[in-house]
Amino acid sequence: MLPTPDLSHLTKKDLEEVYEPAEDTFLLLDALEVDYDYLKGSKPSICLEIGSGSGCVTSFLGNIIGSTAYFCTDINPHACRCTQRTGKQNNVNIQVIHGSLASPLELRLASKVDVLLFNPPYVPTSDDEVGHAQSDGKIEGAWAGGSGGMQITNVMLSKVKNLLSPSGRFYLVALKENNVPGIIKLMREMYTLTGEIVLQRHAGREHLFILRFSHL
Amino acid sequence: MVRLITHNLLACHAKDCNTNNFPLEFKDIQLEIREAEFNSDFLKGFMPKLEWKALVDTARQLGDTSLPLEQPEMVDDGFLKSLHHVLLEIHVEEGSMTCPNCKHVYPILNGIPNMLLAEHEIG
Ligand SMILES: C[S@@+](CC[C@H](N)C(=O)[O-])C[C@H]1O[C@@H](n2cnc3c(N)ncnc32)[C@H](O)[C@@H]1O
Ligand SMILES: [Zn+2]
Repeated sequence: MLPTPDLSHLTKKDLEEVYEPAEDTFLLLDALEVDYDYLKGSKPSICLEIGSGSGCVTSFLGNIIGSTAYFCTDINPHACRCTQRTGKQNNVNIQVIHGSLASPLELRLASKVDVLLFNPPYVPTSDDEVGHAQSDGKIEGAWAGGSGGMQITNVMLSKVKNLLSPSGRFYLVALKENNVPGIIKLMREMYTLTGEIVLQRHAGREHLFILRFSHL
Repeated sequence: MVRLITHNLLACHAKDCNTNNFPLEFKDIQLEIREAEFNSDFLKGFMPKLEWKALVDTARQLGDTSLPLEQPEMVDDGFLKSLHHVLLEIHVEEGSMTCPNCKHVYPILNGIPNMLLAEHEIG
């Protein structure tokens, strides 16, 4: 088992403002570990995490893959700073961008992303709540997912095909309530990307999934 | 730490701004040079992903003239060392980046570029 990244530099105050790694985060780490040989062997040159929060996931990926280019985005400025510090703490050189999804990178990263990660705000909420959470850039943005918990994820799903390199992979965290078979079907029919479940786990009330997508 | 590798990948994404929206122009910047680990395989693999002219022009604006105007076909160690320095060791800590087309200003705070747009600016 690979060690979880060192997060000892994050204070209590940081974790009031930034999503603290939880079962969903750890399931994503476990899925990356399942794919360890592939991730290491394929020598990715560009890795991009959307909504990096504490920076735990990309730091973990960095310890699998080694030196390459890591980019992270988050709409929460505190999360951006935490990601930067967590990278440093774990010797992973992360380029953090304060922004929504991959928007400012879409033009230049078209067909260039080898590993794309997203642990989205997936909790079903009212649409109003998402609107506020997205524009406030606070911790509510870590979970508020709108109807079906899919409002933000759906926007991202429509961008994946354009971003992935020919052999690129997209890892997504989802909840049973997000309709996992529906996500896989949508990705195949709308965007000709093939997807499968890498791992699933019950954690408290949540039934969590890690999905992996690639070009057909 | 906006390094030039990142700058080479960022474009303006404001509503209806689709042409001449790259590269963003640095303004009022504070630079810092920080050593990074040299990895020639990474650099060679990354070369085809770069917009070369944008990289060279930006480096020159920041006072680094070590890169040739055309990407060389044959790369030697001297060239890779220069590329390494420009891409990974020059950090922009403070300042801003302006879109050459719509003039939107993206600030850089503590080395983190703020690329967020307000609701009405999103396409
Ligand atoms: C469930 S948390 C995951 C954090 C971290 N990746 C992890 O696994 O622990 C979701 C993160 O996505 C960020 N986020 C929400 N909406 C976003 C958007 N539109 N663009 C970028 N990041 C977003 C939140 O601020 C939060 O940090
Ligand atoms: Zn513009």
